[in-house]
Amino acid sequence: MSRPERTIILDARALSRALQRMAVEVLELAHRTEHLVLIGIQRRGVELAERIAKLIERDEGVIVPRGALDITLYRDDLETIGPKPVIGETRLPGDLDGKHVVIVDDVLYTGRTARAALDELADFGRPQRISLCVLVDRGGRELPIQPDIVGKQVKVNSGERVEVLVEELDGRDEVALVAAGAAP
Amino acid sequence: MSAALGKDLVGLEQLTADQIRLILDTAEPFKEVSERPIKKVPALRGKTIVNLFFEASTRTRISFEFAEKRLSADTVNVAASGSSVQKGETLVDTAKNLEAMRIDMVVIRHPSSGAAQFLGDRIRSNVVNAGDGKHEHPTQALLDLLTIRDRHGTIAGLKVCLVGDVLHSRVARSNIWGLLKLGAEVGVCGPDTLVPRAIEELGVCRFRRIEEAIEWAQVLNVLRLQLERMEMGFIPSLREYYRVFGVTLDRLEKAPRPLTIMHPGPMNRGVEIDSRVADGPHSVILAQVTNGVAVRMAVLYLLAGGRPELADAAKRVGGTIGGTE
Repeated sequence: MSRPERTIILDARALSRALQRMAVEVLELAHRTEHLVLIGIQRRGVELAERIAKLIERDEGVIVPRGALDITLYRDDLETIGPKPVIGETRLPGDLDGKHVVIVDDVLYTGRTARAALDELADFGRPQRISLCVLVDRGGRELPIQPDIVGKQVKVNSGERVEVLVEELDGRDEVALVAAGAAP
Repeated sequence: MSAALGKDLVGLEQLTADQIRLILDTAEPFKEVSERPIKKVPALRGKTIVNLFFEASTRTRISFEFAEKRLSADTVNVAASGSSVQKGETLVDTAKNLEAMRIDMVVIRHPSSGAAQFLGDRIRSNVVNAGDGKHEHPTQALLDLLTIRDRHGTIAGLKVCLVGDVLHSRVARSNIWGLLKLGAEVGVCGPDTLVPRAIEELGVCRFRRIEEAIEWAQVLNVLRLQLERMEMGFIPSLREYYRVFGVTLDRLEKAPRPLTIMHPGPMNRGVEIDSRVADGPHSVILAQVTNGVAVRMAVLYLLAGGRPELADAAKRVGGTIGGTE
């Protein structure tokens, strides 16, 4: 079966609805908001965490602290992929001890990014609980890691790539499946 | 074109503007690592780095050591005194013996110009030049560039003057290459005996009077005057040097604008620089030291990843877009 080069999985409206639902699920998961911290994984996880935090703010009237985490220096594959051209900012909202940290990322694939994020967070403190919230779960895990909250589950072949575009960085909101070899 | 660095960092003369910018941009996030409660990331876990110092050094060696440790590398310090070097072993033999113990990188400081290149050509490990004779001291110039960029936002178009013993200074040489490549205007100022003849051919302006340099420049990088230069007859006396070329508060107060003051250290207060200037509000001398660790972390990290062809391939399949991890 051959698919076209680029298939849209979520358009702007579907993405917005997915985030809305994810925000509600974060609230259900956390019970209370006072210890909640949303931490986005660089790059697009940061924007998604920001949006979910804003939705919670709007519905609950509370400000949820958010942060950004770049896991590049905690990767286990420096040798093979080489250094990433520019490492993003890591900025955490204060002490994480006793907090409920929700890691937000765009795509969950092998689980190696989540593993690196867990290691990195441990160097910043001892959260009471850490949850994982992803926009797209594309399967293909190489580590025993499962998300707590998923925006959209997609079956993706190994040659294909999930492309997440966000307004803040890419000018539009969209999630697409891109065939191998297609121009980015 | 790939901006990756290749195997060694010998000098800024061989680097392109893009490669220099890559190092500075990579240094940015490393600044934050040193502010963390646990000042350590696992990026170079399992790498072994040898700091091979054939010349006295405190700041540079400690700065490299901090950089290595904060990247989780294992480090060994070898000083020339008390080692087999004193027994007549050659540089290459020393390095090959170290390499036989399976090391990954050598950071070398050596009194002979060209030592880092010489070593890099002969061993498989990555080599980082921590100062070779009068040739280059690339990480010092890189931290100077980062500090200038922090302070002024950009380097292109900025007027930077190196003051003092340009002739014997590897810091000056590396700075000139780096600044010119990033589009700064570069001046040099010092006594005729301490500035190479025909230095203008490198594309820098020559100032004979410190007052002119101060009037022209936005940044002064004041070089250390090696005290033994006096005995060698390059300058009549330290006092006279201070009177004619010293960067003093009185001189700076006459400048049309406040100047950013830099010094690679260690300073001779009251010889090349007035204490009130070194400790003044426009001095970034301690910021340079802080940036030194971040820049060295960036260099070690970029060299350790050193398989740019794989990095490029990863980029082509869109390894970064959409975090298809």
